[in-house]
Amino acid sequence: MDRFVDAFLNQRVIDKYLPDILWGMVVTIEVAAAVVVTGILGGLLLAALRSFRIRALNVLIVLMVDVFRSLPPLVMILIAYFGLPNVGLSLSGFTVLWLVLSLVLAAFAEEIFWSGILSIRKGQWEAARSTGLNFVQTLAWVILPQAIRMTVPPLTNRTIAITKNTALGAVIGVPEILMQAQTAQSFSGNATPLLLGSIAYILLFIPVVAVGRWLETRFAWGRA
Amino acid sequence: MELFVDQFLNFEIMHQALPLLLRGLGMTLQLCLVVVPLGLAGGLAVALICRSRWRAVRWPAFVLIDFFRAVPPLVLLIFIYAGLPFAGIRPSPFVAVCVAFLLNTSAYYGEIYRAGIASIGRGQWEAARSTGLNSFQTLAWVVIPQAVRNVLPDLISNTVEVVKLTSIASVVAMPELLYSADMARSLTYNPSPIVAAAAIYLALLWPCVRLLSRMEHRVGR
Repeated sequence: MDRFVDAFLNQRVIDKYLPDILWGMVVTIEVAAAVVVTGILGGLLLAALRSFRIRALNVLIVLMVDVFRSLPPLVMILIAYFGLPNVGLSLSGFTVLWLVLSLVLAAFAEEIFWSGILSIRKGQWEAARSTGLNFVQTLAWVILPQAIRMTVPPLTNRTIAITKNTALGAVIGVPEILMQAQTAQSFSGNATPLLLGSIAYILLFIPVVAVGRWLETRFAWGRA
Repeated sequence: MELFVDQFLNFEIMHQALPLLLRGLGMTLQLCLVVVPLGLAGGLAVALICRSRWRAVRWPAFVLIDFFRAVPPLVLLIFIYAGLPFAGIRPSPFVAVCVAFLLNTSAYYGEIYRAGIASIGRGQWEAARSTGLNSFQTLAWVVIPQAVRNVLPDLISNTVEVVKLTSIASVVAMPELLYSADMARSLTYNPSPIVAAAAIYLALLWPCVRLLSRMEHRVGR
Protein backbone atom coordinates (compact mmCIF):
# COMPACT_ATOMS: atom_id res chain seq x y z
CA MET A 1 0.00 0.00 0.00
CA ASP A 2 2.82 2.38 0.88
CA ARG A 3 4.45 1.62 -2.41
CA PHE A 4 1.19 2.33 -4.19
CA VAL A 5 0.73 5.69 -2.48
CA ASP A 6 4.35 6.55 -3.22
CA ALA A 7 3.90 5.77 -6.93
CA PHE A 8 0.48 7.33 -7.53
CA LEU A 9 -0.10 9.94 -4.79
CA ASN A 10 3.37 11.20 -4.06
CA GLN A 11 3.08 14.52 -2.20
CA ARG A 12 6.50 15.75 -3.32
CA VAL A 13 5.68 15.10 -6.97
CA ILE A 14 2.27 16.73 -6.59
CA ASP A 15 3.82 19.89 -5.14
CA LYS A 16 6.37 20.07 -7.91
CA TYR A 17 4.21 19.33 -10.95
CA LEU A 18 0.71 20.52 -10.03
CA PRO A 19 1.35 23.98 -11.56
CA ASP A 20 2.29 22.32 -14.88
CA ILE A 21 -0.90 20.28 -14.89
CA LEU A 22 -2.96 23.38 -14.06
CA TRP A 23 -1.25 25.20 -16.90
CA GLY A 24 -2.14 22.23 -19.12
CA MET A 25 -5.77 22.64 -18.07
CA VAL A 26 -5.67 26.25 -19.27
CA VAL A 27 -4.31 25.16 -22.66
CA THR A 28 -6.90 22.36 -22.93
CA ILE A 29 -9.69 24.83 -22.16
CA GLU A 30 -8.34 27.27 -24.77
CA VAL A 31 -8.20 24.67 -27.54
CA ALA A 32 -11.55 23.18 -26.54
CA ALA A 33 -13.30 26.57 -26.50
CA ALA A 34 -11.83 27.52 -29.87
CA VAL A 35 -12.86 24.16 -31.38
CA VAL A 36 -16.41 24.36 -30.04
CA VAL A 37 -16.96 27.88 -31.39
CA THR A 38 -15.49 27.41 -34.86
CA GLY A 39 -16.74 23.84 -35.25
CA ILE A 40 -20.37 24.54 -34.40
CA LEU A 41 -20.50 27.84 -36.32
CA GLY A 42 -18.85 26.11 -39.30
CA GLY A 43 -21.40 23.28 -39.17
CA LEU A 44 -24.30 25.73 -38.95
CA LEU A 45 -22.95 27.71 -41.90
CA LEU A 46 -22.55 24.55 -44.00
CA ALA A 47 -26.06 23.34 -43.15
CA ALA A 48 -27.50 26.77 -44.03
CA LEU A 49 -25.61 26.77 -47.35
CA ARG A 50 -26.88 23.27 -48.03
CA SER A 51 -30.49 24.39 -47.71
CA PHE A 52 -30.09 26.60 -50.80
CA ARG A 53 -29.95 23.25 -52.63
CA ILE A 54 -27.34 24.32 -55.17
CA ARG A 55 -26.34 21.00 -56.63
CA ALA A 56 -22.60 21.48 -57.19
CA LEU A 57 -22.15 23.11 -53.79
CA ASN A 58 -24.09 20.36 -52.00
CA VAL A 59 -22.00 17.63 -53.58
CA LEU A 60 -18.91 19.39 -52.23
CA ILE A 61 -20.41 19.79 -48.75
CA VAL A 62 -21.50 16.14 -48.56
CA LEU A 63 -18.08 15.03 -49.77
CA MET A 64 -16.30 17.13 -47.18
CA VAL A 65 -18.61 15.97 -44.38
CA ASP A 66 -18.19 12.31 -45.34
CA VAL A 67 -14.41 12.53 -45.45
CA PHE A 68 -14.13 14.24 -42.08
CA ARG A 69 -16.54 11.75 -40.53
CA SER A 70 -14.63 8.75 -41.92
CA LEU A 71 -11.04 9.66 -41.10
CA PRO A 72 -9.59 9.21 -37.61
CA PRO A 73 -8.62 12.68 -36.30
CA LEU A 74 -5.14 11.47 -35.37
CA VAL A 75 -4.47 10.59 -39.03
CA MET A 76 -5.39 14.10 -40.14
CA ILE A 77 -3.36 15.65 -37.32
CA LEU A 78 -0.25 13.74 -38.36
CA ILE A 79 -0.71 14.62 -42.05
CA ALA A 80 -1.16 18.31 -41.25
CA TYR A 81 1.61 18.52 -38.67
CA PHE A 82 4.29 16.45 -40.39
CA GLY A 83 3.21 16.83 -44.00
CA LEU A 84 2.39 20.51 -44.53
CA PRO A 85 5.88 21.81 -43.55
CA ASN A 86 7.27 19.80 -46.51
CA VAL A 87 5.25 21.99 -48.88
CA GLY A 88 6.30 25.17 -47.12
CA LEU A 89 3.39 25.56 -44.69
CA SER A 90 4.47 25.25 -41.07
CA LEU A 91 1.59 25.39 -38.62
CA SER A 92 2.05 25.25 -34.86
CA GLY A 93 0.77 22.19 -33.00
CA PHE A 94 -1.94 24.35 -31.44
CA THR A 95 -3.15 25.55 -34.85
CA VAL A 96 -3.14 22.04 -36.34
CA LEU A 97 -5.10 20.64 -33.39
CA TRP A 98 -7.62 23.46 -33.54
CA LEU A 99 -8.01 23.27 -37.31
CA VAL A 100 -8.44 19.50 -37.53
CA LEU A 101 -10.84 19.19 -34.60
CA SER A 102 -12.85 22.20 -35.84
CA LEU A 103 -13.25 20.60 -39.26
CA VAL A 104 -14.29 17.28 -37.70
CA LEU A 105 -16.81 18.97 -35.41
CA ALA A 106 -18.10 21.12 -38.30
CA ALA A 107 -18.68 17.94 -40.35
CA PHE A 108 -20.65 16.20 -37.59
CA ALA A 109 -22.51 19.39 -36.66
CA GLU A 110 -23.51 19.96 -40.30
CA GLU A 111 -25.10 16.50 -40.44
CA ILE A 112 -26.98 17.09 -37.20
CA PHE A 113 -28.21 20.58 -38.19
CA TRP A 114 -29.19 19.29 -41.62
CA SER A 115 -31.26 16.50 -40.04
CA GLY A 116 -32.91 19.20 -37.93
CA ILE A 117 -33.66 21.38 -40.97
CA LEU A 118 -35.12 18.40 -42.86
CA SER A 119 -37.38 17.57 -39.95
CA ILE A 120 -39.16 20.95 -40.20
CA ARG A 121 -42.34 20.51 -42.23
CA LYS A 122 -42.69 22.06 -45.66
CA GLY A 123 -45.69 24.06 -44.44
CA GLN A 124 -43.38 26.14 -42.25
CA TRP A 125 -41.38 27.22 -45.29
CA GLU A 126 -44.51 27.96 -47.30
CA ALA A 127 -46.24 29.87 -44.53
CA ALA A 128 -43.16 31.99 -43.84
CA ARG A 129 -42.61 32.76 -47.52
CA SER A 130 -46.28 33.69 -47.97
CA THR A 131 -46.01 36.33 -45.23
CA GLY A 132 -43.44 38.08 -47.40
CA LEU A 133 -40.18 36.85 -45.83
CA ASN A 134 -37.51 36.05 -48.40
CA PHE A 135 -35.56 32.76 -48.42
CA VAL A 136 -32.76 33.90 -46.12
CA GLN A 137 -35.17 35.49 -43.65
CA THR A 138 -37.28 32.33 -43.59
CA LEU A 139 -34.22 30.21 -42.92
CA ALA A 140 -32.85 32.52 -40.24
CA TRP A 141 -36.03 33.45 -38.37
CA VAL A 142 -38.37 30.52 -38.89
CA ILE A 143 -36.57 27.30 -39.82
CA LEU A 144 -33.25 27.42 -37.95
CA PRO A 145 -34.68 28.43 -34.55
CA GLN A 146 -37.00 25.40 -34.64
CA ALA A 147 -34.36 23.07 -36.12
CA ILE A 148 -31.63 24.01 -33.63
CA ARG A 149 -33.88 23.29 -30.65
CA MET A 150 -34.16 19.68 -31.72
CA THR A 151 -30.47 19.26 -32.36
CA VAL A 152 -29.35 20.18 -28.84
CA PRO A 153 -28.97 16.66 -27.34
CA PRO A 154 -27.14 14.92 -30.22
CA LEU A 155 -25.01 18.00 -30.79
CA THR A 156 -23.98 18.22 -27.12
CA ASN A 157 -22.94 14.57 -27.01
CA ARG A 158 -20.97 14.84 -30.22
CA THR A 159 -19.30 18.06 -29.12
CA ILE A 160 -18.16 16.47 -25.86
CA ALA A 161 -16.75 13.44 -27.70
CA ILE A 162 -14.81 15.60 -30.16
CA THR A 163 -13.59 18.09 -27.56
CA LYS A 164 -12.04 15.21 -25.59
CA ASN A 165 -9.81 14.63 -28.62
CA THR A 166 -7.81 17.68 -27.52
CA ALA A 167 -5.73 15.02 -25.70
CA LEU A 168 -4.40 14.03 -29.15
CA GLY A 169 -2.44 17.29 -29.00
CA ALA A 170 0.04 15.46 -26.76
CA VAL A 171 1.23 13.56 -29.85
CA ILE A 172 2.27 16.77 -31.64
CA GLY A 173 3.64 18.66 -28.64
CA VAL A 174 0.72 20.87 -27.66
CA PRO A 175 1.32 21.54 -23.95
CA GLU A 176 -2.17 20.43 -22.85
CA ILE A 177 -2.96 18.26 -19.82
CA LEU A 178 -1.82 14.89 -21.17
CA MET A 179 1.42 16.26 -22.58
CA GLN A 180 2.24 18.00 -19.27
CA ALA A 181 1.39 14.82 -17.36
CA GLN A 182 3.56 12.62 -19.58
CA THR A 183 6.49 15.03 -19.41
CA ALA A 184 6.23 15.26 -15.63
CA GLN A 185 5.94 11.48 -15.39
CA SER A 186 9.14 10.92 -17.32
CA PHE A 187 11.04 13.61 -15.38
CA SER A 188 9.89 12.40 -11.98
CA GLY A 189 9.90 8.67 -12.72
CA ASN A 190 6.60 8.51 -10.89
CA ALA A 191 3.02 7.84 -11.99
CA THR A 192 1.46 10.61 -9.86
CA PRO A 193 1.33 13.17 -12.72
CA LEU A 194 -0.66 10.71 -14.86
CA LEU A 195 -3.20 10.35 -12.09
CA LEU A 196 -3.30 14.15 -11.66
CA GLY A 197 -3.84 14.52 -15.40
CA SER A 198 -6.73 12.05 -15.37
CA ILE A 199 -8.28 13.90 -12.43
CA ALA A 200 -7.88 17.19 -14.32
CA TYR A 201 -9.83 15.76 -17.27
CA ILE A 202 -12.53 14.42 -14.98
CA LEU A 203 -12.87 17.81 -13.28
CA LEU A 204 -13.20 19.49 -16.67
CA PHE A 205 -15.54 17.04 -18.36
CA ILE A 206 -17.77 15.50 -15.66
CA PRO A 207 -19.79 18.74 -15.38
CA VAL A 208 -20.15 18.85 -19.17
CA VAL A 209 -21.23 15.19 -19.32
CA ALA A 210 -23.76 15.85 -16.55
CA VAL A 211 -25.15 18.89 -18.38
CA GLY A 212 -25.37 16.75 -21.53
CA ARG A 213 -27.39 14.13 -19.65
CA TRP A 214 -29.73 16.82 -18.36
CA LEU A 215 -30.17 18.39 -21.82
CA GLU A 216 -30.94 14.96 -23.23
CA THR A 217 -34.03 14.63 -21.04
CA ARG A 218 -34.93 18.31 -21.36
CA PHE A 219 -34.81 18.63 -25.16
CA ALA A 220 -35.62 15.04 -26.15
CA TRP A 221 -35.99 14.51 -29.91
CA GLY A 222 -39.43 15.11 -31.31
CA ARG A 223 -40.75 17.02 -28.34
CA ALA A 224 -40.04 20.44 -29.85
CA MET B 1 1.49 21.75 -57.39
CA GLU B 2 4.28 19.36 -58.37
CA LEU B 3 5.75 19.73 -54.91
CA PHE B 4 2.36 18.91 -53.40
CA VAL B 5 1.96 15.77 -55.51
CA ASP B 6 5.51 14.71 -54.75
CA GLN B 7 4.95 15.15 -51.02
CA PHE B 8 1.41 13.89 -50.52
CA LEU B 9 0.59 11.65 -53.48
CA ASN B 10 3.95 10.09 -54.21
CA PHE B 11 2.85 6.75 -55.63
CA GLU B 12 6.37 5.40 -55.74
CA ILE B 13 6.74 5.82 -51.99
CA MET B 14 3.21 4.57 -51.37
CA HIS B 15 4.04 1.48 -53.39
CA GLN B 16 7.19 0.87 -51.33
CA ALA B 17 5.28 1.31 -48.11
CA LEU B 18 2.39 -0.91 -49.19
CA PRO B 19 3.56 -4.20 -47.58
CA LEU B 20 4.08 -2.38 -44.28
CA LEU B 21 0.69 -0.68 -44.57
CA LEU B 22 -1.07 -3.96 -45.33
CA ARG B 23 0.51 -5.60 -42.29
CA GLY B 24 -0.67 -2.60 -40.27
CA LEU B 25 -4.15 -2.94 -41.72
CA GLY B 26 -4.17 -6.60 -40.67
CA MET B 27 -3.34 -5.56 -37.12
CA THR B 28 -6.04 -2.86 -37.15
CA LEU B 29 -8.63 -5.39 -38.31
CA GLN B 30 -7.54 -7.89 -35.65
CA LEU B 31 -7.80 -5.18 -33.03
CA CYS B 32 -11.31 -4.27 -34.24
CA LEU B 33 -12.36 -7.92 -34.13
CA VAL B 34 -11.39 -7.98 -30.45
CA VAL B 35 -12.48 -4.56 -29.19
CA VAL B 36 -15.82 -4.20 -30.99
CA PRO B 37 -17.33 -7.46 -29.64
CA LEU B 38 -15.82 -6.74 -26.22
CA GLY B 39 -17.40 -3.28 -26.22
CA LEU B 40 -20.76 -4.58 -27.46
CA ALA B 41 -20.84 -7.24 -24.74
CA GLY B 42 -19.54 -4.90 -22.02
CA GLY B 43 -22.05 -2.25 -23.02
CA LEU B 44 -24.94 -4.69 -22.78
CA ALA B 45 -23.76 -5.74 -19.34
CA VAL B 46 -23.51 -2.08 -18.28
CA ALA B 47 -27.00 -1.33 -19.61
CA LEU B 48 -28.48 -4.29 -17.70
CA ILE B 49 -26.67 -3.33 -14.49
CA CYS B 50 -28.11 0.18 -14.84
CA ARG B 51 -31.60 -1.35 -14.77
CA SER B 52 -30.92 -3.19 -11.54
CA ARG B 53 -33.57 -3.15 -8.82
CA TRP B 54 -31.01 -2.15 -6.19
CA ARG B 55 -29.83 1.41 -5.95
CA ALA B 56 -26.48 0.27 -4.51
CA VAL B 57 -25.81 -1.52 -7.80
CA ARG B 58 -27.29 1.09 -10.13
CA TRP B 59 -25.52 4.15 -8.76
CA PRO B 60 -21.92 2.99 -9.05
CA ALA B 61 -22.69 1.91 -12.62
CA PHE B 62 -23.91 5.40 -13.54
CA VAL B 63 -20.90 7.01 -11.87
CA LEU B 64 -18.55 4.71 -13.78
CA ILE B 65 -20.27 5.44 -17.10
CA ASP B 66 -19.93 9.19 -16.60
CA PHE B 67 -16.36 8.73 -15.40
CA PHE B 68 -15.31 6.84 -18.51
CA ARG B 69 -17.21 9.22 -20.74
CA ALA B 70 -15.33 12.16 -19.20
CA VAL B 71 -11.80 10.74 -19.58
CA PRO B 72 -10.39 10.94 -23.12
CA PRO B 73 -9.59 7.42 -24.38
CA LEU B 74 -5.97 8.38 -25.07
CA VAL B 75 -5.54 9.47 -21.44
CA LEU B 76 -6.99 6.18 -20.25
CA LEU B 77 -4.69 4.26 -22.57
CA ILE B 78 -1.56 6.13 -21.44
CA PHE B 79 -2.58 5.69 -17.82
CA ILE B 80 -2.91 1.93 -18.26
CA TYR B 81 0.18 1.54 -20.41
CA ALA B 82 2.57 3.93 -18.66
CA GLY B 83 1.02 4.25 -15.21
CA LEU B 84 0.15 0.69 -14.18
CA PRO B 85 3.76 -0.57 -14.40
CA PHE B 86 4.36 1.58 -11.30
CA ALA B 87 1.87 -0.66 -9.50
CA GLY B 88 3.73 -3.73 -10.69
CA ILE B 89 1.32 -4.54 -13.54
CA ARG B 90 2.99 -4.52 -16.94
CA PRO B 91 0.41 -4.87 -19.71
CA SER B 92 1.58 -5.43 -23.29
CA PRO B 93 0.44 -2.75 -25.76
CA PHE B 94 -2.27 -5.11 -27.03
CA VAL B 95 -3.65 -5.82 -23.56
CA ALA B 96 -3.45 -2.13 -22.60
CA VAL B 97 -5.40 -1.14 -25.71
CA CYS B 98 -8.03 -3.83 -25.13
CA VAL B 99 -8.58 -2.82 -21.49
CA ALA B 100 -8.73 0.90 -22.30
CA PHE B 101 -11.18 0.27 -25.15
CA LEU B 102 -13.32 -2.07 -23.04
CA LEU B 103 -13.70 0.61 -20.36
CA ASN B 104 -14.30 3.47 -22.78
CA THR B 105 -16.54 1.81 -25.37
CA SER B 106 -18.63 -0.15 -22.85
CA ALA B 107 -19.70 3.18 -21.37
CA TYR B 108 -20.76 4.51 -24.78
CA TYR B 109 -22.42 1.30 -26.01
CA GLY B 110 -24.08 1.00 -22.59
CA GLU B 111 -25.77 4.39 -22.97
CA ILE B 112 -27.04 3.37 -26.42
CA TYR B 113 -28.47 0.02 -25.25
CA ARG B 114 -30.03 1.79 -22.27
CA ALA B 115 -31.88 4.20 -24.57
CA GLY B 116 -32.95 1.25 -26.71
CA ILE B 117 -34.30 -0.79 -23.81
CA ALA B 118 -36.07 2.29 -22.46
CA SER B 119 -37.82 2.68 -25.82
CA ILE B 120 -39.62 -0.67 -25.42
CA GLY B 121 -43.03 -0.21 -23.84
CA ARG B 122 -44.16 -1.99 -20.65
CA GLY B 123 -46.77 -3.86 -22.66
CA GLN B 124 -44.06 -5.85 -24.44
CA TRP B 125 -42.69 -7.07 -21.09
CA GLU B 126 -46.12 -7.91 -19.75
CA ALA B 127 -47.26 -9.65 -22.92
CA ALA B 128 -44.08 -11.71 -23.09
CA ARG B 129 -44.32 -12.70 -19.41
CA SER B 130 -47.97 -13.65 -19.79
CA THR B 131 -47.11 -16.12 -22.56
CA GLY B 132 -45.01 -17.98 -20.00
CA LEU B 133 -41.52 -16.69 -20.76
CA ASN B 134 -39.44 -16.00 -17.67
CA SER B 135 -37.82 -12.59 -17.25
CA PHE B 136 -34.50 -13.69 -18.73
CA GLN B 137 -36.23 -15.13 -21.80
CA THR B 138 -38.32 -11.96 -22.13
CA LEU B 139 -35.19 -9.85 -22.11
CA ALA B 140 -33.27 -12.06 -24.52
CA TRP B 141 -35.99 -12.92 -27.04
CA VAL B 142 -38.42 -10.02 -26.89
CA VAL B 143 -36.93 -6.83 -25.49
CA ILE B 144 -33.29 -6.79 -26.64
CA PRO B 145 -33.98 -7.66 -30.30
CA GLN B 146 -36.47 -4.80 -30.58
CA ALA B 147 -34.25 -2.45 -28.58
CA VAL B 148 -31.28 -3.15 -30.85
CA ARG B 149 -33.38 -2.50 -33.92
CA ASN B 150 -34.50 0.85 -32.52
CA VAL B 151 -30.97 2.07 -31.84
CA LEU B 152 -29.22 0.39 -34.76
CA PRO B 153 -28.02 3.67 -36.34
CA ASP B 154 -26.42 4.70 -33.04
CA LEU B 155 -24.78 1.31 -32.63
CA ILE B 156 -23.30 1.49 -36.13
CA SER B 157 -22.22 5.07 -35.61
CA ASN B 158 -20.45 4.19 -32.38
CA THR B 159 -18.78 1.22 -34.06
CA VAL B 160 -17.41 3.55 -36.75
CA GLU B 161 -16.03 5.72 -33.93
CA VAL B 162 -14.42 2.68 -32.30
CA VAL B 163 -12.73 1.65 -35.55
CA LYS B 164 -11.42 5.21 -35.98
CA LEU B 165 -10.30 5.21 -32.38
CA THR B 166 -8.05 2.17 -32.88
CA SER B 167 -5.64 4.65 -34.49
CA ILE B 168 -4.65 5.88 -31.02
CA ALA B 169 -3.05 2.48 -30.37
CA SER B 170 -0.19 3.85 -32.49
CA VAL B 171 0.77 6.06 -29.53
CA VAL B 172 1.72 3.00 -27.45
CA ALA B 173 3.76 1.56 -30.34
CA MET B 174 1.23 -1.01 -31.40
CA PRO B 175 2.00 -1.75 -35.07
CA GLU B 176 -1.45 -1.02 -36.49
CA LEU B 177 -2.24 0.92 -39.67
CA LEU B 178 -1.41 4.44 -38.49
CA TYR B 179 1.74 3.34 -36.65
CA SER B 180 3.02 1.54 -39.75
CA ALA B 181 2.23 4.55 -41.91
CA ASP B 182 4.00 6.92 -39.55
CA MET B 183 7.01 4.61 -39.45
CA ALA B 184 7.12 4.62 -43.27
CA ARG B 185 6.85 8.42 -43.16
CA SER B 186 9.85 8.78 -40.87
CA LEU B 187 11.87 6.35 -42.98
CA THR B 188 11.13 8.13 -46.27
CA TYR B 189 10.81 11.72 -44.98
CA ASN B 190 7.60 11.87 -47.00
CA PRO B 191 4.04 12.02 -45.67
CA SER B 192 2.57 10.04 -48.59
CA PRO B 193 2.32 6.79 -46.56
CA ILE B 194 -0.01 8.51 -44.08
CA VAL B 195 -2.12 9.79 -46.96
CA ALA B 196 -2.27 6.18 -48.19
CA ALA B 197 -3.34 5.06 -44.70
CA ALA B 198 -6.01 7.77 -44.75
CA ALA B 199 -7.23 6.37 -48.08
CA ILE B 200 -7.47 2.89 -46.51
CA TYR B 201 -9.48 4.21 -43.54
CA LEU B 202 -11.70 6.06 -45.99
CA ALA B 203 -12.28 2.93 -48.07
CA LEU B 204 -13.19 1.00 -44.91
CA LEU B 205 -15.45 3.57 -43.29
CA TRP B 206 -16.96 5.70 -46.02
CA PRO B 207 -19.63 3.12 -46.94
CA CYS B 208 -20.71 2.96 -43.28
CA VAL B 209 -20.82 6.75 -42.99
CA ARG B 210 -22.90 7.03 -46.19
CA LEU B 211 -25.32 4.38 -44.91
CA LEU B 212 -25.58 6.18 -41.57
CA SER B 213 -26.30 9.54 -43.06
CA ARG B 214 -29.13 8.01 -45.09
CA MET B 215 -30.55 6.34 -41.97
CA GLU B 216 -30.25 9.53 -39.92
CA HIS B 217 -31.99 11.71 -42.46
CA ARG B 218 -34.81 9.22 -42.79
CA VAL B 219 -35.32 9.28 -39.02
CA GLY B 220 -35.08 13.08 -39.08
CA ARG B 221 -37.92 13.35 -41.57
